[in-house]
Amino acid sequence: MVTATKTLLKVTDLYAQFTGFGGTRVVRAIDGINFTLDQGETMGLVGESGCGKTTTCHAIFRLLPPAGDIVSGSIEFDGQDLMQLSDSEMRSIRGRDMGMILQDPMASLDPLFTIMDQVAEPAHHHRGVRGGSLRERVVELLRSVRIPSPEIRMREFPHQMSGGMRQRIVGAISLSGGPKLIVADEPTTNLDVTIQLQYLNLLRDLQQETGVSLVFVTHNLGIVAKMCDKVAVMYAGKIVEQGSVRNIYNNPRHPYTQALIQSIPRLGNKDPLYVIPGQPPNLAELPTGCAFHPRCPFATEKCINEEPPYVSFGDGQESKCWLSVEEAKNG
Amino acid sequence: MADALLEAQDLRKYFPVTSGGMFSRVKGFVKAVDGVSFSVYPGETLGVVGESGCGKTTTSKLVLTQEAPTSGSLIFKGKDVSQLRGRELKEYRQAVQVVFQDPFSSLSPRMRVGDIIAEPLEVHSLMSRQGIKDRVGEVLELVGMPADVARLFPHEFSGGQRQRIAIARALATNAELIVLDEPVSALDVSIRAHILTLLEELQRELGISYVFIGHDLAAVAHISDRIAVMYLGKIVETAESLELSNNPLHPYTKALFAASLPSHPDEEREELAISGEVPSALNPPPGCHFHTRCPYYMERCSEDEPLLKEVSQNHTVACFLY
Repeated sequence: MVTATKTLLKVTDLYAQFTGFGGTRVVRAIDGINFTLDQGETMGLVGESGCGKTTTCHAIFRLLPPAGDIVSGSIEFDGQDLMQLSDSEMRSIRGRDMGMILQDPMASLDPLFTIMDQVAEPAHHHRGVRGGSLRERVVELLRSVRIPSPEIRMREFPHQMSGGMRQRIVGAISLSGGPKLIVADEPTTNLDVTIQLQYLNLLRDLQQETGVSLVFVTHNLGIVAKMCDKVAVMYAGKIVEQGSVRNIYNNPRHPYTQALIQSIPRLGNKDPLYVIPGQPPNLAELPTGCAFHPRCPFATEKCINEEPPYVSFGDGQESKCWLSVEEAKNG
Repeated sequence: MADALLEAQDLRKYFPVTSGGMFSRVKGFVKAVDGVSFSVYPGETLGVVGESGCGKTTTSKLVLTQEAPTSGSLIFKGKDVSQLRGRELKEYRQAVQVVFQDPFSSLSPRMRVGDIIAEPLEVHSLMSRQGIKDRVGEVLELVGMPADVARLFPHEFSGGQRQRIAIARALATNAELIVLDEPVSALDVSIRAHILTLLEELQRELGISYVFIGHDLAAVAHISDRIAVMYLGKIVETAESLELSNNPLHPYTKALFAASLPSHPDEEREELAISGEVPSALNPPPGCHFHTRCPYYMERCSEDEPLLKEVSQNHTVACFLY
């Protein structure tokens, strides 16, 4: 682990929304989130589908679809506020300083270009690497993601690769520009378990070599337990709890985090699973007060009417729940 | 022990690979399922784990009579399935139902939920229209959905609800065995717990048997009574679920357990990362199929093929180490 305390990414009060039906319907996909990420650190962003995880990643890259808008807030990356940059300045940062790994490696590789072309592009475009040294760089990148005989494989096309290899190539592309931050959006959901382990170990080795920071978007708490230093749990567009991985697993303070941890099956244990009642809410029609209250076993009158504030605890853990407010008050 | 509901004996399915063209010749075979034997008892869940390409799905297709086996036999309640014709075959198909992985593609977007669930009843029974309608409402309630959703279309439901509808369809004909082909892999964690719990409840209430196919070991181990681990068309280990979780013997099973993710950051796992990927089933390695990736490789493994051997009660493993 790189011992750096420099903050690389700082997201403050970020709001993003999608507008549809001529502005009559507004979905607040990200509803005031705050987090920071240090250099060389790994953060997990967990939550169910539709909680705003992917929108958060897209917002960091300023790549929201046309219907989406960042309403307010700042995204400070490496000392710059990304919100103040022009589109062309943003383009020069994407791929050079920040890379992205998407869920489906087949869809993120272009079937018409060789592996060489695709891995070379960020280095060529952003770093001005040319000719023989570009080829060397590609070979080195492919070797670092454990592609066997890279000199031969780089002339091949994506369809000639297996799923695990394709995902490793996407990893090589994201490293090609020499980034400081990689955002991985559910990178292993389509992979088999043994291949998933290989890929996670690979990412961790690469991180140790290059000191890159990682944001891991996933709904798999096991990946978070294995990979991350800290974790932010999202629910209905808000971060409901964040802190170091160890604290969150040992002492989850928000009922949603508790429920998530209890609902995963464990090996060698056949006790009934905890079932979170109900469904994730529709972001267009959020419940009043705390958005989790209809599914929360501890919900009170107050939760229905008032939204809880963030409560910080001494150990860096932060929770957004009226119970935590009580807990903090009573010490 | 009671008689097995379904018994597979040395089941094989080879797919021919041709050179293509008009006068194509058979170049070889993909041995998708290569001598698999297992049995499912009434009210029991048999878990089948393995990576993609190991033959899990082909096995389920054989059980569902969507594919005919190349050799070997399936015995259902004492009768050979391949000999069933006409009414008996229809009865078998009523008794054995399936739930697929992706509830977004397994439910027709053009049919109402009620019609989707009623279809197997229309095919298989002589119920009146009212009878069918009542039965649809009944199975919807069994899976925890109100009966009046029958008039809605699948796109109006979330993934978890759709999977419930798919389960309701499988239950409609009073199925005795349901093949669950990765029923929770496409779902969110919290919804996974819903569906797994629902399946367990249904089994307790109705005494159905399941064949639960998956690659998420923790989920399979949670719901199954016994587990069979498959690798390249063969079963390499079978044991009771808890026994397998606590005492995996085959190196491949160990690797699968090592690869399953921890449930706590402090949880230590035996590091047994196996290298490489699953070899092609067209040209599997000789001897033990796993020897190319096995950390305990011995010379013998690439020459002879290990057979399944009972090492302790109800625990069989195909490996020369034991």
